[in-house]
Amino acid sequence: MVPLYMAFLIGGLLCLLGQLIMDLTKASITPGHILVGYISGGAILSGLGLYEPLVKIGGAGATIPLSGFGHLLTQGSLKAVEQKGLLGAFSGGVEATAAGITAAVVFGYLAAVLFNPKG
Amino acid sequence: MKTPDPQRWKKIETEEYESLVQQVKPKPPLLKHCVWAFIVGGLICLLAQLIMNYLLYQGIDKVEASSYTAVVMIFLGAFLTGIGIYDELGKRAGAGSIVPITGFANAIVASAMEFKREGYIFGVGARIFTVAGPTLLFGFVVAVLIGLIKVFLSS
Repeated sequence: MVPLYMAFLIGGLLCLLGQLIMDLTKASITPGHILVGYISGGAILSGLGLYEPLVKIGGAGATIPLSGFGHLLTQGSLKAVEQKGLLGAFSGGVEATAAGITAAVVFGYLAAVLFNPKG
Repeated sequence: MKTPDPQRWKKIETEEYESLVQQVKPKPPLLKHCVWAFIVGGLICLLAQLIMNYLLYQGIDKVEASSYTAVVMIFLGAFLTGIGIYDELGKRAGAGSIVPITGFANAIVASAMEFKREGYIFGVGARIFTVAGPTLLFGFVVAVLIGLIKVFLSS
């Protein structure tokens, strides 16, 4: 098991990097851009084999940031290609992330319907 | 005791004063933002690791424990956004509340909540993908491309 302080440290550093990107680049960078950048960046690093070591040392500190979601997509795709070939490139990513995507859509919809915005 | 050279004293005083000013003057907001992002983002990941370690301790396998953890964190992110706490946190935490998967859930709920008057199907139902759509799209595209590269390299 990954010690809690390593999850804190790696997760904190990934968030700090996001804050630096937001504060030091032009103001048109929105939270949406950060999310898109992190999922793509994580997926690319994972393809180069650079994200897995981070998961080994940081545990949830590397998988919970959205870059970890990108990592999961790429690894799903790569593993499925090994088993099924070409079809795997299309099925593997969503298969590996199915629980997260479905939870996000379902819980997100429920919360948006049940609660009203403040103010 | 010998009286010190007044010129030298003056120099030391100036230096002390400068260093005192450096300590007291307000820090640029960048540092404050970074500290908040680091701590809040770190704590969210620590909570996730706590859930994950508990599940592993229960004997659930690593891949499933990781998925369960993501589902729980997404639920928390959506729920805390619904009751209005997550956006309050976001005002201070910045990227610390955006980068973790709870921030992804937050983006889904926050972008959809205000569109009930446009209906529950094409209002809320469509708006939950305002941010989630592009995010998933780019994730899928990169993952498929990397998968295809592997197919061509191994053929």
